[in-house]
Amino acid sequence: MTVKELCESAGFSPICLPDPEREVEGGYCGDLLSWVMGRAKSGQAWVTIMSNINIAAVATLCDTSVIILSEGVMPDAGVAEAAEARGINIAATELPTYEAAVRVSQLI
Amino acid sequence: MRPAVCFIKADSSETGSDMSDSVKFRFDVDGSNFTTAGQASVQVKKNLRELGIPAEAIRRVSIAMYEGEINMVIHAHGGVAEVEVFEDKIVIVLSDTGPGIPNIELAMKEGYSTAPDNIRSLGFGAGMGLPNMKRYTDGMKIDTELGKGTTITMVVNF
Repeated sequence: MTVKELCESAGFSPICLPDPEREVEGGYCGDLLSWVMGRAKSGQAWVTIMSNINIAAVATLCDTSVIILSEGVMPDAGVAEAAEARGINIAATELPTYEAAVRVSQLI
Repeated sequence: MRPAVCFIKADSSETGSDMSDSVKFRFDVDGSNFTTAGQASVQVKKNLRELGIPAEAIRRVSIAMYEGEINMVIHAHGGVAEVEVFEDKIVIVLSDTGPGIPNIELAMKEGYSTAPDNIRSLGFGAGMGLPNMKRYTDGMKIDTELGKGTTITMVVNF
């Protein structure tokens, strides 16, 4: 399933999708960036409540397929632009992290 | 941060390698702006991809270097990152003129952190930096002197 299809099916709101056809291969949840960076794998959908600019760098280094901001969190100013420039997909949802992850799991 | 990237043909006698040459990248890490930290690591990842380095080695170098970059910004007001690519390994040297590390053994413990609260609120400062750098590299050496600075050398084989 692609990131675009996941967003449509799960009801996640696209923040920026510069690479909508990217395949989603599993998921990862975490907010401690050092922890995420060491463990999230390429292609995974990363569910987090962290909204600062560093998530774009972490997603780039981990090569995750999409950042899903959960719990109604929205990205800080400038994050969407930085992500767009780096080809990083970001979507947002009001769902709690657990429920967002369950939805990803059910759909992919 | 404005990464100053340059390719240098390094002489084998200078690098201690049995390789005839290598490719070297150099970045100035700006310590004044935490939000731009990571640009050097992202650029290195891109450069290593272009050189055809195996993906897993790129991932390990990127993670170790990013952690080092963040540390330099948090603790040392920036510094210099150098990445040298050989035929079978990548050597990362991170140098700063910060306060130095008073107790390396303590600093290497997962969960130990001296980062301020504002850094923690950004998702860093969890005491994972140096342990991650060690975990994702094949060798790590820390040279530090209080009040003078720290130089960390890491090697990733591939």
